[in-house]
Amino acid sequence: MFGYAGKVLRINLTEKQIKLEDLDMNLARKYLGGRGLATKIFMDEVDPNVEPLSPENKLIVASGPLTGTTVPTGGRYMVITKAPLTGTIGCSNSGGYFGAELKSAGYDMIIFEGKADSPVYISIEDDKVEIKDASHLWGKLVSEATDELMNKYGQKARVLCIGPAGERLSKIAAIMNDYDRAAGRSGVGAVMGSKNLKAVVVKGSKKAKYADEEETKKVVSDKIKKIRENGITGEGLPTYGTAVLVNIINEHGILPVKNFQKAYSEDADKISGETMTRDILVRRNPCYRCPIACGRWVKLKDGREVGGPEYETLWAFGADCGIYDIDAIAEANFWCNEYGLDTISAGTTIAAAMELYEKGYVKDEEIEEDGYSFKFGDVEAIIGWTKKMGAREGFGDKLAEGSYRLCESYGVPELSMSVKKQELPAYDPRGVQGHGLEYATSNRGGCHVRGYMISPEILGSPEKLDRFTLEGKAEWVKVFQDLTAVIDSLGVCLFTSFALGAQDYVELMNAVSGTDYNVDTLLEAGSRIYTLERLFNIKAGIDPKEDKLPDRLLEEPIPEGPSKGHVHRLSELLPKYYEIRGWGRDGIPTEETLQKLSV
Amino acid sequence: MIKVKLFATFRNGREKEIHFEYYEGITGREIIEKLGIKEEEVAIFIVNGRDKKWDEPIEDEATVSLFPPVGGG
Repeated sequence: MFGYAGKVLRINLTEKQIKLEDLDMNLARKYLGGRGLATKIFMDEVDPNVEPLSPENKLIVASGPLTGTTVPTGGRYMVITKAPLTGTIGCSNSGGYFGAELKSAGYDMIIFEGKADSPVYISIEDDKVEIKDASHLWGKLVSEATDELMNKYGQKARVLCIGPAGERLSKIAAIMNDYDRAAGRSGVGAVMGSKNLKAVVVKGSKKAKYADEEETKKVVSDKIKKIRENGITGEGLPTYGTAVLVNIINEHGILPVKNFQKAYSEDADKISGETMTRDILVRRNPCYRCPIACGRWVKLKDGREVGGPEYETLWAFGADCGIYDIDAIAEANFWCNEYGLDTISAGTTIAAAMELYEKGYVKDEEIEEDGYSFKFGDVEAIIGWTKKMGAREGFGDKLAEGSYRLCESYGVPELSMSVKKQELPAYDPRGVQGHGLEYATSNRGGCHVRGYMISPEILGSPEKLDRFTLEGKAEWVKVFQDLTAVIDSLGVCLFTSFALGAQDYVELMNAVSGTDYNVDTLLEAGSRIYTLERLFNIKAGIDPKEDKLPDRLLEEPIPEGPSKGHVHRLSELLPKYYEIRGWGRDGIPTEETLQKLSV
Repeated sequence: MIKVKLFATFRNGREKEIHFEYYEGITGREIIEKLGIKEEEVAIFIVNGRDKKWDEPIEDEATVSLFPPVGGG
């Protein structure tokens, strides 16, 4: 058994039972690990029509075969569950150090079942696993709960937890780890909250095992070299973090402004990576064994030093809310981390509320008592509403449901810039056609990291594609989605893919695990995983007609800036995409495809 | 007049926005030469948000944006 720990921890919170099971290695060969394997196990055990916040839903925290090894960026873990925000498969991914620690304690994954009758946390110290009372932690902010557990278990312990947002079942609640890393999307934090599970603290002492130690050393050093020599992973991301994208995306006229009403801002530089580096950066804040270290550590206006905002956050609380104050955004980001909120959904839900207010749907009297406005550009509002959202106070209670349910409650769901009820990230697809197809077909709803088409369409990696044309885009999206499913399942960071290709992942996996994958079989596993997720969604009642974009992006041309005049041409791309996926015209995988991929 | 906007490390030792007198036939290659930037250092070269070839003439009043290899998120 190499790479994998070979063990699964099954914790039934209702019965207070802890079981140790062997990992099914035949399934692992087919579904790799992490995202793929956990999804397969989840589907085998859970009715797709389960109510996401009921005890019958399960929550799997899974590492991949490369997690906790010497492979660069091998610190990722994934959370698989049925997502409360979307009703689709929930699949959120995080870095930091927790995933690697879980592996070194000897586990590939933890399957949580049922619901504790009062708040609990789980402590794991190698083979010693206990369910503990968490009533003293319930209600605490993420840093408070984490501090308390670290004080008890020592500074080498790693903590995963939810904040008040998850406890209060916010549909945009994240699962946090290592203080400021987030398995952010789709409301996975609320599933933890619904189980009365506040935290997992883990300490491990086991070393990773390698099929071929010498070969692993050689392959690992070759991949580190590639990552260091690549302009994006060796220089751009280390120097500026993901925030470097603000200016790039704006200069292409695809930076959504004021809830996607516009796509360019003269003020974007004020919230850019260049400005962050100059004005508030303290140091880099790397994850486990990462030569890229894109994470930031920044100074807030009051002097506190905290985890800094990512590109997505700078946009969601920035341009999308009409705000160009980097200090205010850094503070809103801090409160998202403390309450355990997904920064993309939190910022964009405030932006949607601002448009609802601008158009007269939300009235002053509704928010009078809260003391904050919904005027685009109001700096105090983004901080105030973030706290209210996290605590579900006043109008914050409505915001905590995400933008789709908010806009729907006013009869205008079309003002929610979301796909399958999940808020879109920071790229206006009207000016990047392939990326828009990726949004529409992402298995977890609106998302940029299922198949990051910005890479070829904007950044020119691995080659430059014309961002306005349709030709070949469906094929690119499929390959990117499949490769991403592989990367997420192996337990490494998606950002390595700027420097590494499919063959590199084959070499890493085979050296560590002693497998015999090649590029075709590894990508086929990616395709199998993607199709499996699709099957879950269909069984869960997600109509393929939901493979769409908000009407605004299909019908209203971008009004100004470098992408002026464009709409997204989804209807021209979708049939081709279904065809190359081997799905019927109705968007449902055919029997033949399922057999071919042996799903 | 052509507006040239520089980003990321291209700002080291340079202004972030530089204006060049327009003349007929001016190209991206000529602009980066004047700035002391080598072609291979540039990852993204766009004119009014659109890709352009180095030897294509640039129109008057255009905005040129130049990025070194940067990143994603």
